[in-house]
Amino acid sequence: MRITQGCFSFLPDLTDDQISAQVQYCLSKGWAVSFEFTDDPHPRNTYWEMWGLPMFDLKDAAGAMLELKECRRAFGDRYIRLCGFDATHGWESLRISFLVNRPKEEPGFSLERQEMGGRNIRYSTRSYAVKRPEGSRYQP
Amino acid sequence: MNDLATTQSQTVTGKDRYKSGVMEYRKMGYWEPDYMPRDTDIIALFRITPQDGVDPVEAAAAVAGESSTATWTVVWTDRLTASEKYRAKAYRVDPVPNTPGAYFAYIAYDLDLFEPGSIANLSASIIGNVFGFKPLKALRLEDMRFPVAYVKTFQGPATGIVVERERLNCFGRPLLGATVKPKLGLSGRNYGRVVYEALKGGLDFTKDDENINSQPFMHWRDRFLYCMEAVNKAQASSGEVKGSYLNVTAGTMEDMYERAEFARELGSVIVMIDLVIGYTAIQSMAKWARRNDMILHLHRAGHSTYTRQKSHGVSFRVIAKWMRLAGADHIHAGTVVGKLEGDPNTTRGYYDICREDHNPLKLEHGIFFEQHWASLNKMMPVASGGIHAGQMHQLLDLLGEDVVLQFGGGTIGHPMGIQAGATANRVALEAMIMARNEGRDYVHEGPEILARAAQSCTPLKAALDTWKNVAFNYESTDSPDFVPSSSVSM
Repeated sequence: MRITQGCFSFLPDLTDDQISAQVQYCLSKGWAVSFEFTDDPHPRNTYWEMWGLPMFDLKDAAGAMLELKECRRAFGDRYIRLCGFDATHGWESLRISFLVNRPKEEPGFSLERQEMGGRNIRYSTRSYAVKRPEGSRYQP
Repeated sequence: MNDLATTQSQTVTGKDRYKSGVMEYRKMGYWEPDYMPRDTDIIALFRITPQDGVDPVEAAAAVAGESSTATWTVVWTDRLTASEKYRAKAYRVDPVPNTPGAYFAYIAYDLDLFEPGSIANLSASIIGNVFGFKPLKALRLEDMRFPVAYVKTFQGPATGIVVERERLNCFGRPLLGATVKPKLGLSGRNYGRVVYEALKGGLDFTKDDENINSQPFMHWRDRFLYCMEAVNKAQASSGEVKGSYLNVTAGTMEDMYERAEFARELGSVIVMIDLVIGYTAIQSMAKWARRNDMILHLHRAGHSTYTRQKSHGVSFRVIAKWMRLAGADHIHAGTVVGKLEGDPNTTRGYYDICREDHNPLKLEHGIFFEQHWASLNKMMPVASGGIHAGQMHQLLDLLGEDVVLQFGGGTIGHPMGIQAGATANRVALEAMIMARNEGRDYVHEGPEILARAAQSCTPLKAALDTWKNVAFNYESTDSPDFVPSSSVSM
């Protein structure tokens, strides 16, 4: 199952050149680029692990691409996303976010239904991957 | 220079002012051409069309009078009040360019005339009494300026664009939605099918239509239950946060709260109301939405009865300002290219009112006043009605990134099914965003970018083939009166 979070998940996975072009776009807008990774891509898992701090003073996309390479070397078996952060007053949040790395297998989620009173149902979404401990979730 | 602007004050002062009988409004103090509006004044701009033979300055003074303290005759009880403060003051009257017989009247109101935080009170004052006034053939409220002190008395959008995006975990592209069709007649079970297919196919939102409430073919609880099954299933199959605007519009406030609470209980991220529920009900629902972490979608049902014709009514830009104060998170604000009314420049003005913290005066977009929003949350405009994937480059160019693009027919009418329709729209959007960010001239290369994306996406190819020549090219009834070269200014 292909997780479709982020800006470009319905397109074929981006090449490094394409990622670099998006980084350059972020820099041209004055946004700080950062990478985050996880092996629990639950739709409401807000806080993925940070790969270092946002690169506030970066001028050239090449710097970010080097970081991505390092991040992939360490955590290439997980989801990695690129974030572009805009500190402008009135926004002060992300302006763009998209996946730049996926595990080989994406197990996806189960939907658990708890029958309540009447016809009500309480829903829980669970990542199949989190049945195993963090760090060993996408290994065969 | 026109003669009107130099018309002197004719206000009668002293004892004569309060002699019993009828006196022209401009003599009673409602026409003050030397008045300098204060930063704390509320200002309204009316388009007035006086009856033949009625002097435009007197007509403007009459509007000022009847929307503030005046009645048809002099009353001595004015003297028990600080009446000069409470009188609204028409201070400027300009002929409307290229429209003989019509005038723009600028009227300033003291802040004390208005209850804090009440659109009902504001609108009762400004549009409550004057629109049927006999000396006028027609009257339109074009624009308003609100002082920051007044803006700050409102909650504003319950969630706002930024927090909405954070909750949805969706950054960098317009949101995608679709209104479930046919809008009447589907059973709850069938309705949920459309929701599931559309969300699974790649949309962020589906939407109840304005008149889907609780009818014999589908009662509201049934709809909510089936929609939330669909939403949750689509979330689990995509890893994305999804929503369906559950319309809680009902006959009473108590019913609306009941429905909204059920939506919350089921885990919905969003509920919906119609403009026809009224300003007070909208403010109540906005407060409820803020208390309950809910996004509040507003369908502008009914607005065209008074916003569309240029000569009479209330401009939508005023409604948009009122709704941002009242606290809606989403508001339908036009598509430009779709099936419903929408001049590009006028629509641009509406979008700026929804999304910016500061609106400079911009006559070519129909914005007559500078407006500071004082960090009031931003309201997400919604573009809905007759749009399809083949227009993606134009939509992105005209409407920008912070907008919900709603493809109802353009999703559900897809020849390969609803999921395919949704996927076509999502792929078209992502391809266009990517191209734009890469610095390509996406407006001109749009069709080419879409064709290229369609090579690896059959649903998009089918959508482009099906709707390739669909366009709604009719002349707009509500375009700005000023072009950029105009010398008119504040």
